[in-house]
Amino acid sequence: MTGKKTKGSQDITPEKKVEMLEQMIVIRHFEQKVEQMFMQGKIHGTMHLCTGQEATAVGAIGALEAKDKITSTHRGHGHCIAKGSDIGRMLAELLAKETGYCKGKGGSMHIADLDLGNLGANGIVAGGHPLATGAALTSKMKKLGYVVICFFGDGASNEGSFHESLNLAAVWDLPVIFFCENNEYAMSGPIKEMINIEHISQRASSYGMPGVTINGSDVLEVYEATKEAAERARSGQGPTLIEAKTYRFKGHSRADARKYRTREEEKEWITKKDPIALFKKSLIDEGVLSEEKAQAIEDQVQSFVEKAQGFAENSPEPSPESLQEDVYA
Amino acid sequence: MREITYAESVREAMSQVMRADEDVFILGEDIGIYGGAFGVTNGMLDEFGPERVRTTPISEAAITGCAIGAAMTGMRPILELQFSDFITIATDQIVNQAAKLRYMYGGKASVPVVIRTPAGSGAGLAAQHSQSLEAWMAHIPGLKVIQPSTPSDAKGLLKAAIEDNNPVMFYEHKLLYGMKGDVAEDSYTIPIGVADVKKEGTDLTVVATSIMVHKTLEAAEELGKENIHIEVIDPRTLVPLDEETIIKSVLKTRRALVVTEAVKRGGYGAEIASMIGESEAFDFLDAPVSRLGGVDTPMPYNPTLEKMAVPQVGDIVQKVREMLNRA
Repeated sequence: MTGKKTKGSQDITPEKKVEMLEQMIVIRHFEQKVEQMFMQGKIHGTMHLCTGQEATAVGAIGALEAKDKITSTHRGHGHCIAKGSDIGRMLAELLAKETGYCKGKGGSMHIADLDLGNLGANGIVAGGHPLATGAALTSKMKKLGYVVICFFGDGASNEGSFHESLNLAAVWDLPVIFFCENNEYAMSGPIKEMINIEHISQRASSYGMPGVTINGSDVLEVYEATKEAAERARSGQGPTLIEAKTYRFKGHSRADARKYRTREEEKEWITKKDPIALFKKSLIDEGVLSEEKAQAIEDQVQSFVEKAQGFAENSPEPSPESLQEDVYA
Repeated sequence: MREITYAESVREAMSQVMRADEDVFILGEDIGIYGGAFGVTNGMLDEFGPERVRTTPISEAAITGCAIGAAMTGMRPILELQFSDFITIATDQIVNQAAKLRYMYGGKASVPVVIRTPAGSGAGLAAQHSQSLEAWMAHIPGLKVIQPSTPSDAKGLLKAAIEDNNPVMFYEHKLLYGMKGDVAEDSYTIPIGVADVKKEGTDLTVVATSIMVHKTLEAAEELGKENIHIEVIDPRTLVPLDEETIIKSVLKTRRALVVTEAVKRGGYGAEIASMIGESEAFDFLDAPVSRLGGVDTPMPYNPTLEKMAVPQVGDIVQKVREMLNRA
């Protein structure tokens, strides 16, 4: 049931690898900026950071074609960025500005960019499974050839709509990939106490689809597994369940004292399984990247995020008239 | 004009639209060879095939969300939810997803899905298959809610619902499926949000929904013998509600009674009654706006008790007499 080790990902060009690293760094810096602005009181409401989970978003979406679609989760900033969203408009949404992706009416949990094939983040755990299944049905019925990735966390695998949707997608051979980012905790609930099996991917066998557990800190392993699933889906062979083991370096959301896990456990992940550090090192070892180039990327991303902040902060508030706009089409 | 049943007219509306628009398809439990629990989709599998008449697993959350996801990406699905009571299982997808996606995504998504579902009591199906829960959905911004009472309204409103770019809840009444009425053969729409005056009158306005329209029309016959002439208004759509037609009628009759099958407490009848109370008609009222609705009990199986649980013709006659001090 555990995934096979990546075979070196020969089909990925060095340029693509560097691009993937860059995207991961953008996500990391973006989340740092969000946290900083939240602490400064500039962002209200809540936010769920995906720091530490950059490899799942970038590896999985990196294996897609531009026409493919995704559904995302409450912890969805990384998915948006990997799908190509503008971080200025994302930050503007978090600041509830009119220029935000949702005109300031959705916030962190509801960023969508339909033009890019991002069908939206979802505040309901496992809320996206049926929607992704439906989007895949459109692809099949209209012969559009696109694949849908449904991202979700370990907690979602205990929701009824997870099970119903996997079954439905399997019996109709729909081109959808159910991608579980298993970060070990459903808010405060350790997954080991929430399921009585070793791997969430085992659940795939109940629905007659392949299931695989992979290392979610290895962006290339994520890429390979998703590529394979996407090929299956595109060729009419139906859905796949991928479980990527990962870890969120931060708490569930704001004000999380993280009493449910130890600082030692966190340190273990942060020092040994940081997907960005691991990937950067391997690219340097491979000779694809130099230390100088790596530093240049960091600097570039830094100013890119600052620019996004400037755009967001200088954007106007939504007009009072917009309160009742867009309820109905 | 020929007469067909309510069920046939629902089927005809779907079939005519499906012949004209490849993006329209139907999905639901047992809708294929079985023809749906109430036979509404009989024969559609033969004409349109299993790709467009999709029999689903019994998975209300997934099939509802699947219809919504398909609608977001360019299809125009019609979902048959076998009994409206099963909305409980699909509620997250209807309330948290379909109704809100457009607003929360800043106006980018549209969700042209129709959820057709049989509601109401009278078929001896007891507490879990007989409810009238339309007030729940009418409470949610982002949804439209339709309750047709005649074969002709069902056909025209269903076509309008399918062509609408919003999620539409389409409540059919299971006792009305066999009811016959004049229905035009060609494809036509009745605009959503327009009430219909089913009978003109001068003494009192009764706003009745779904099957209660017919019970009220029967009551009107009886009251007519007593020289009491009630006006019967069928809102046809709860959201949006045609307030103007109702208020205009109450301004004329100066008395209003709202009749629903749904449990009276917290029902949509309360919404209609308070809308009248807040309108300019208030100053002209000769009696308090009144309501008849289901009693505070789950639907019982026993046929006598089942009838007692919802307003009957005699209850409407009696209530109207009371309101006119003619009891």
